[in-house]
Amino acid sequence: MKILVALKRVADPANHNKVKIPASGDRIDTAGLEWQINPFDLYALETALRLTENGKNPKKREGEVVVLTIGPKETETNLRSALATGADRAIRIEAVDEELDGRLVAHALAKIVEEEKPDVVMMGKQVVDSETNMVGQVLAELLDWPMATFAATIQEQPDGLLVEREVDGGVAKVKVTLPAVVTVDLRIVSPTSVRSKHTEAGFKYPYEEVRFAPLPAIMQAKKKPLAIKNLSELTPDLKSTTRYVKYEAPPGRKAGIKVKDVQELVQKLATEAKVI
Amino acid sequence: MAFDESHDLFRATCRRFAEEKIAPFCYEWEEAGEFPRELYRDAARAGILGAGYPEDLGGGGGDPLHALVGIEGLLHGGSSGVVASLCSHGIALPPILKMGSPEQQRRFVPPVLAGEQIAALAITEPGTGSDVASLTTRAVRDGTDYVISGSKLFITSGVRADLVSVLCRTGPDKHGGLTFFVVERGMPGFTVSRALEKTGWWASDTAELSFDEVRVPQANRIGEEGSGFVALMQNFQGERLALAFYGHATAELALQDALAYAKERSAFGRPLTGFQVTRHKLAAMATKVAAARTFNYRLAERVAAGEYLVGEVSMAKNFSAQIANEVCYDAVQIFGGMGFMRETRVERLSRDARLLPIGGGTSEIMNEIIAKSLGL
Repeated sequence: MKILVALKRVADPANHNKVKIPASGDRIDTAGLEWQINPFDLYALETALRLTENGKNPKKREGEVVVLTIGPKETETNLRSALATGADRAIRIEAVDEELDGRLVAHALAKIVEEEKPDVVMMGKQVVDSETNMVGQVLAELLDWPMATFAATIQEQPDGLLVEREVDGGVAKVKVTLPAVVTVDLRIVSPTSVRSKHTEAGFKYPYEEVRFAPLPAIMQAKKKPLAIKNLSELTPDLKSTTRYVKYEAPPGRKAGIKVKDVQELVQKLATEAKVI
Repeated sequence: MAFDESHDLFRATCRRFAEEKIAPFCYEWEEAGEFPRELYRDAARAGILGAGYPEDLGGGGGDPLHALVGIEGLLHGGSSGVVASLCSHGIALPPILKMGSPEQQRRFVPPVLAGEQIAALAITEPGTGSDVASLTTRAVRDGTDYVISGSKLFITSGVRADLVSVLCRTGPDKHGGLTFFVVERGMPGFTVSRALEKTGWWASDTAELSFDEVRVPQANRIGEEGSGFVALMQNFQGERLALAFYGHATAELALQDALAYAKERSAFGRPLTGFQVTRHKLAAMATKVAAARTFNYRLAERVAAGEYLVGEVSMAKNFSAQIANEVCYDAVQIFGGMGFMRETRVERLSRDARLLPIGGGTSEIMNEIIAKSLGL
């Protein structure tokens, strides 16, 4: 199986207090931010690795994982990190963050899919910065491929992927034939959430996270191929159609109050918060 | 040899490991005086323990700079004690790697790098600290074996160590009569006499070890008789450079915490950063951290390239240990009462930093070495 994993870099959520909006409100000041790969996209990478290996022998890749990001040269560090984690090769599409929106990204990805012909395009269910939650869906529409969003488990089957999706009120089971677009949710990295056809039934991964990039893999990652393409060549006629009118920080949280018992809590929820 | 992207990636791996596997439990482990043994296996699985060791011995390849940036990453867990014990092999294995036979290397190194066994280095004794060559733990030849008697003090990872690189006296010559032996857990006569309570590094199990006529086969002697002192002096270079990295990394964490707190905390109607006295204090702290880190990085590159820079390594160790204590002191000062509370990280950092001018050779010994390198 060949899987294309789309990664986006985001400001490190642990350093969100460094995000600044200038008084003009016309942009977010990104100076001094620490960047990392969107956590949900990392889960997609872990999922892709699990789908292309026998869980008992994760060093041997049964298939190919290609990672891709769109952004400036600095994002190559994020791609090297993904290569060290286990991906086979990387593609960077040269672009400036400010000129992108979800639709443009989906169009660029569709072009890459035409060239690469993966069986699955995989990414996080959303990015933790803008939380637009649209690239996967728009891409599936552009490609006219089946999609499964918010995947919590994936089992590879002879004729496609059996996906359990987390939806309001429960879990929806869907089966997608390949090629397909899959976006993943948090629980996809649980020990038994993903099983490829190479991994025996009942196998449990000994961890519940994205695998670490060990030093030998970091050294090998230096030699893995990283191709560079230009957004303007992939999507010459397209521009971002999203216009940001104004940025402002959310109001600071007000101090809470302490209630003495459940009765008072219920009463305040009903009369003051008016939520019940 | 120079720092490149692979060092940034490895530091990030270690930092993520520290933030996920150490930081959430650090307070508990510090209070308990040790951390779960599984952490060694976890660190091995994440490819952390083997940094800088050859791959055919189960290492991760890479170079000595990877091990150093690994310390920076791991300290983000907030506990120098965890890092010191988790990485005690960093001072215990080099004598085996430098002087041990291929067979000894195959026997002792892979289980440690796999996180299955814990390795410690034992030099200091109750009666011998800075004057290291005066040590009295004796290894006396008896047939094809040696019999070791004596005791060793302040041994990091000593309580749980499965193998200990022990420097012993095998001959009368002060420097030329010292030899390394590997003493293994379970050898009759080898016991932990006590776990030690310390000012800082609480999560590190530090011990006094007792050797009561411990019979050790010749196969556990590392190198020729009398080769121990030179090996120790070489080992000190790596240990002192590592401690210099502890210094700037500890100071950097204290600075980060102090910066965040000073922005958030108000006094007299404005944040602490609204006071020039605080801003200047933070500016001075940041300058010290930057100077120490820059010096250490440059020096580490030269040492990794094979230069033997005894004077400079001693300078780096001293300078970093000093600024770490100064920066931590100032960070605690900015936190005020909260900086004196065990729940804050700066409180722990300030205690942990106190080890740095002592461990691996005191500042006074470092100054003697520096003076010697100046031709004095």
